[in-house]
Amino acid sequence: MTDEFFRLWVYLSSTPLAGLTLTLVAYAIGYAIYARSSFHPIANPVPIAVAVVVAALAATRTPYRTYFEGAQFVHFLLGPAVVGLAVPLAREWRGVRRLAFPIAASLVVGSVVAATSAVAIAWALGVSPATLASLVPKSVTAPVAMGIAERIGGLPALAAVFAVATGVVGAVLGRYVFDAAGVRDLRARGFALGLAAHGIGTARAFQVDRDAGTYAGLAFGLHALAAALAMPLAVAAWRALAG
Amino acid sequence: MSRPRQRSRPSSRRALHGEVAPGQSPLLAGLTWLLVFQSAGEALALATGAPVPGPVVGMALLLVALRLRDARDAAAEAPLGVAADGLARHLSLLFVPAGVGVMLHAARLVDEGAALAAALVASTVLALAATGLTFQWLLRRAARDGQAGSDRA
Repeated sequence: MTDEFFRLWVYLSSTPLAGLTLTLVAYAIGYAIYARSSFHPIANPVPIAVAVVVAALAATRTPYRTYFEGAQFVHFLLGPAVVGLAVPLAREWRGVRRLAFPIAASLVVGSVVAATSAVAIAWALGVSPATLASLVPKSVTAPVAMGIAERIGGLPALAAVFAVATGVVGAVLGRYVFDAAGVRDLRARGFALGLAAHGIGTARAFQVDRDAGTYAGLAFGLHALAAALAMPLAVAAWRALAG
Repeated sequence: MSRPRQRSRPSSRRALHGEVAPGQSPLLAGLTWLLVFQSAGEALALATGAPVPGPVVGMALLLVALRLRDARDAAAEAPLGVAADGLARHLSLLFVPAGVGVMLHAARLVDEGAALAAALVASTVLALAATGLTFQWLLRRAARDGQAGSDRA
């Protein structure tokens, strides 16, 4: 009996099945709690799912690498999801094109504020250089942030964690920050969520309002594109200036 | 409903914009097109050596393709819409595997945890407020200018 159980366990842990199933079950739990709370921002499903997975891996002493062999299939879908952001953009293209200047200006302001404030605060608090470099792309979606971190001397896996944490913080706090700052326009709320909190903020915006979601997707996609091009150059220029 | 049964003559152009082969699900068709555009994006990024991620290039290519289509054919993007909306609705699921990577950096996060938490929370609040206020201000200005323009006209 125990022998059979052991063999089953060895089989399960050597195939991608366990990691994939665990990810989806954990997300289902997180989403059920989120739905139960009437989609309250505090009950964001991502941290709940991450906590469930981490607890399960720790309890079974499963290394991250083994888990990721299964979870990579979910991770992979980030690619087609980013491509698919073109669809809501194409639907709203007339409105978007008319607002080219507000979009471009807000993109630059938000991106610079997000990256410089994170690095400045962490630097003032004595955070190490490799960690600082991993913080630069924290408002950019995880797969793109990993690529940027690699180019500027950060740690890709750490950059992915910062990106996910930033996305969760933005999705949770967005409503309160907008209310306090007087940002009432749903397009502006969505755009800020997509820019500062990438895909997790965009998912939150889509759950609140369709227009907000469209502008979140727009900011999310544009930020990924602009950051991938500009951040490595900006960091190189800064290092050249700072010596 | 004003275009009854024109679907008998398939073309690659129509295929992109919504024709589904008999027996094929719209989700599958949409996902296929997303992967085709992602592959094209990866290939283009690789060929030009641009430091832009393939999916982002794929998004730009798909946007151009969708804008080039017949604007009257609104229902045509249905399969792409089904796949893209499905992925967008559960976008947060896709970040779970990367988030679990927090395990790999537990030691660093314990050492620098408080400083990092302060930096992440404060910078995200600042970025949300700065972006939202800038965009809202510029939207209002654009609306005012548009009004003034139409008054003059």
